Amino acid sequence: MRRQKVPQLICPAGSLPALRAAVDHGADAVYLGYRNDTNARNFAGLNFDQKAMVEGIRYAQSRGRQVLMAINTFAQPGRATAWQQAVDGAADLGVDAVILADVGLLDYACQRHPALRLHLSVQGSATSYEAVNFAHREFGVRRAVLPRVLTLAQVETVIRNTPVEIEVFGFGSLCVMNEGRCWLSSYATGESPNTVGACSPAKYVQWERSPGQMSTRLNGILIDSFRDDEAAGYPTLCKGRFEVDGETYYAMEEPTSLNVIEILPEIARIGVAAIKVEGRQRSPTYVAQVTRTLRAALDELASKGQHFHLKPAWQAELARLSEGSQVTLGAYNRPWR
Amino acid sequence: MTQGFSIPRFTLPSLVSAIGRQLPQWPHSLALATALNAAARVGLLPSEDLAQLEGRSFLIEVLDAGGQACFCYRGGWFRPLFSAPAAPDLSFCANLSAFLQLLARQEDPDTLFFRRDLSIVGDTELGLLIKNMLDAVEWPQLPKLPTFRH
Repeated sequence: MRRQKVPQLICPAGSLPALRAAVDHGADAVYLGYRNDTNARNFAGLNFDQKAMVEGIRYAQSRGRQVLMAINTFAQPGRATAWQQAVDGAADLGVDAVILADVGLLDYACQRHPALRLHLSVQGSATSYEAVNFAHREFGVRRAVLPRVLTLAQVETVIRNTPVEIEVFGFGSLCVMNEGRCWLSSYATGESPNTVGACSPAKYVQWERSPGQMSTRLNGILIDSFRDDEAAGYPTLCKGRFEVDGETYYAMEEPTSLNVIEILPEIARIGVAAIKVEGRQRSPTYVAQVTRTLRAALDELASKGQHFHLKPAWQAELARLSEGSQVTLGAYNRPWR
Repeated sequence: MTQGFSIPRFTLPSLVSAIGRQLPQWPHSLALATALNAAARVGLLPSEDLAQLEGRSFLIEVLDAGGQACFCYRGGWFRPLFSAPAAPDLSFCANLSAFLQLLARQEDPDTLFFRRDLSIVGDTELGLLIKNMLDAVEWPQLPKLPTFRH
């Protein structure tokens, strides 16, 4: 039987052990970043210094896997050279692609390093084929990561109207799905992923324990209170419970993780080039668990094609690791436009 | 998906914590500080991350065992504290099974946090630094004991 073409599996690496876990469990590519605010997971103790970067790239590439470097925050006033140096460093290290969001940086990269493969980050917030084609025409972008706002039919429309490879999110913590344009974190703290490389930075987060419950505050703002028998989520405004018209509920979004495993055949059919796993902030254990599960599902799809059979064990494993201990198909199967 | 033996989620009988709380706690603190110093000396913990712990105090509380360990980091060494500070800079609290699952790298700390099996109180950024520092440790290759396979 002819093997069906399946999307590449792109996995997160916040540390060297996480990178090894991704490679060892079947990732086709890993994505990583420097230990600074040039990437959107700029958390204390996370990411790669130069030595770990060299070793990580060697480990992955010597096993035939790709390394994508995320330089996906926006260059801040007066400090543009820090972002340009990050791109220069990535080119010197021989990464397989850089993932960029800032238009100025895309321009710099394509002028200075014409051989360097460019991916448009989800933070670039391209939601239409016109936006994707603009990045292709102006900067030679070869792949775009779509924000999690499109239905599957809309993703298909983009793919049919662009020569650029399309990558979508496959698993991981879901945010308010407005990547690149979300300012909720800045509203509460003055800092956001685009500016400092972190959503709801940890220094503003306070967890308070009291008998029978735990409360989360972000810069003093009460985000949520969890009874001891309730699952918790990340301390972000979008996942808070707020009083609206006399009712207190998850007004924007419930703590949850995206999981596309049940629509993998559809994702492959419409020609998605790669699926991405969220979670550079998670541990090597999570990376191993998610990578192993999605690899098994993609391999099953490759060999069985339309006879792909979803295994309950995959669903159970992914749900267990999820934020708020629940999963969703997010916008992919949303009925409204 | 788990292959081989894995550490189950369990809670020790309440009698254990009742007894545990009556026992002296300093041996836990001394043992943990000694182990952390050994890890730092052989280069498992990166010095630039360790420097950020200077002057900070920590409390590890194993709820269902009634045990706790307190230590601080000062002058390049982890030092046991023989009485728990009133407000440590950072506290990790969990049942024994959650700590064992973390140590064996069987579970991810965020997963345990979402499930409410692990709680972190105090300086959240310090907690994140410690979590990420431990995640980045490349433990020496041990012979594959069934307990540590996952």
